[in-house]
Amino acid sequence: MTDLLTLEGVNKAFGPVHVLHGVNFSVRPGEVVALVGDNGAGKSTLVKSIAGIHPIDSGTIRFNGEVVHLHDPKAASKLGIEVVYQDLALADNLDIVQNMYLGRERGSSWFMDEITMEEEARKTLASLSVRTINSVRQPVSSLSGGQRQIVAIAKSVLWDSKVILLDEPTAALGVAQTKQVLDLVRRLAEQGLGVVLISHNLGDVFEVADRIAVLYLGQLVAQVPTSEVTQNQVVELITSGRSGELGVARLDTASISAL
Amino acid sequence: MSRTTATDSALQSRADFGSDTADKSPSKAFRDYIAKLRAGELGSLPALLGLATLVIVFASASPVFLSLTNLANLLSQSSGRMLIAMGLVFVLLIGEIDVSAGAASGVTAAVLALHYVNNGNLLGGMGEPVFIIFVVLNLVAVGLAIWMKIWAAAVISLIPVAIALIGFTANPWIGMVLAVTVGTSIGTITGFLVAKVRIPSFVITLALFLTWQGVILRLIGDGGVLGINSEPTLRSVANGNLSPVFGWILYAVSVAGFSAVVIGQHLIRRRRHLATSPVIVLVAKVGLLVLLGAAATALLNLNRSQNDNVVISGIPYVVPIVLVLLVAGTYVLNRTRYGRHIYSVGGNAEASRRAGIDVPKIRASVFIVSSSLAAVGAIVYSSKVGSVDPTAGGLNTLLFAVGAAVIGGTSLFGGRGRLSNAVIGGLVLAVVENGLGLLNQPAAIVAIVTGLVLALAAAVDALSRRRSTKF
Repeated sequence: MTDLLTLEGVNKAFGPVHVLHGVNFSVRPGEVVALVGDNGAGKSTLVKSIAGIHPIDSGTIRFNGEVVHLHDPKAASKLGIEVVYQDLALADNLDIVQNMYLGRERGSSWFMDEITMEEEARKTLASLSVRTINSVRQPVSSLSGGQRQIVAIAKSVLWDSKVILLDEPTAALGVAQTKQVLDLVRRLAEQGLGVVLISHNLGDVFEVADRIAVLYLGQLVAQVPTSEVTQNQVVELITSGRSGELGVARLDTASISAL
Repeated sequence: MSRTTATDSALQSRADFGSDTADKSPSKAFRDYIAKLRAGELGSLPALLGLATLVIVFASASPVFLSLTNLANLLSQSSGRMLIAMGLVFVLLIGEIDVSAGAASGVTAAVLALHYVNNGNLLGGMGEPVFIIFVVLNLVAVGLAIWMKIWAAAVISLIPVAIALIGFTANPWIGMVLAVTVGTSIGTITGFLVAKVRIPSFVITLALFLTWQGVILRLIGDGGVLGINSEPTLRSVANGNLSPVFGWILYAVSVAGFSAVVIGQHLIRRRRHLATSPVIVLVAKVGLLVLLGAAATALLNLNRSQNDNVVISGIPYVVPIVLVLLVAGTYVLNRTRYGRHIYSVGGNAEASRRAGIDVPKIRASVFIVSSSLAAVGAIVYSSKVGSVDPTAGGLNTLLFAVGAAVIGGTSLFGGRGRLSNAVIGGLVLAVVENGLGLLNQPAAIVAIVTGLVLALAAAVDALSRRRSTKF
């Protein structure tokens, strides 16, 4: 399978703090890749680099095989890279349709095409098999946490997106809601999108991810199919950067720790 | 560009959303409405109930209250503040406040009166230094508007400069244009200070409130009064009436327009298989407007003069003025992208920014709308009084306007409200003031009752907000 998005030797530093060290990372269409790592491992920075919020210092990013320069969020969203942030970007007082189309309303600026927006929002939600929402015209404030997350994700699907980055989508959810969201994540991949799932919850990761990429102190130490690793191995990779044959060599780890 | 699978037909998607399919039954619509109320979406309901209660109380306590003269008077007395309140709704929607709107309206009234009294010679009326500052400030507003890329405001703010420099002779229409455009300039400056400099709106508008009061005093002079009563057009803005024939034309146009929009919307939504409210609700809405409108028009077209030699009849001009601005403003808020973005900035500024909306521009623009509408309000209340004095737009003008918006159901926390709230809330306050006055209650009682009504409205707002945000 060809990669949709490929990062090769990506480096990023904020002043003297070197956050990403030569990261190689790839996203494939129709696949959920989980990005895991301890706090401060560089997950958010990596996502923000892909989203164009923090442009990379060196290295290459390829999209569909072609080298691209993601200098700003617009460049990323133009390619079809959408990020769903943890603190959902939804306006409580607007309804689901209005939120899904916020900033990209259909119709002319002097007369929005409400009816087309409503139809398409519904089709999108239906195509993702979202069945827990009663009406697309209810305000977001009346939705549960899981439903809000689903709306936020569906919003990103609406825009011919190719790669969707989900930042801790299940962090604040209950069991049933987590399941709904994870089902939705699976369906995104089934529709041929490349999905990057950032999560602290290894249970979630093992449930939906096809591959797991582990970041350790800014290095991508492993990128393995989920079926080939155990939870214990992943925990080891997250905490020490290595696990048996996987991960960085011991010497390397020591030198990074010394930084 | 929605991602739809081939198997997903319109029917398929219809089946997924219980509430979104085809016609709602009346009972379902009623249950939905109750659910909405329980969720804290009260809208204008408390204000309408309050208004009905007040009307019943005052009608039974005072025989004069429901007299035609009093009702017509009520409309023309309250409409100035109502217009200022309508402007404030825009500001309240993004969760800010414009304390200076009343005083700003006073400045526009003073400029209008100066222009009329000095026969268009603003230089003579203001004196050279003030005149130069006036022109420069308007040019500054033009520059700021260009900087903020609000082109309409840039063009409009040029108009007072042109009028001042060309020096047209006094003409009521030019005077009114002058007042509104000066309002636009003032709003541009306020908007810039709030949106770009990021001074909290309460503080900067409080400062401007004091400043504008000083400006009014400087323009009119201590103890001065500028009469505009002698100009027939300016006088009749708030005191004139439509002829009975035009009254019926206004009625016909309103009813036809409302029905066309409501029924058209219903038919289009039904054809596209979207949820529609039950036909009976539709019929009730249109029917209510037909009957109430006809009754009001017929009553106001009766002769209400107490003097046998004079005939006073017809719908006061202020009614179409408020109506046209209400319809236009509601359209902007509900149907245009700009309106949608005002709501989204009020609901979640960060989400709006991420959605690519120019948040500072939206923030600045609502102050421009507010001050411009406040200027229209100034024209109406100055016309009602017949003169402009240094207290114009001062005293309680602003507080009444904010009160009207909040009583009508606009949230002080931003994001929720409609223009009609300002009209309904304005009527509540006007009825309280007028009714207590008819009952010969002293000013102390009027003030206390008005204050309590406002406190009640603010409490309802806070409680319903608490309800709607919990989940």
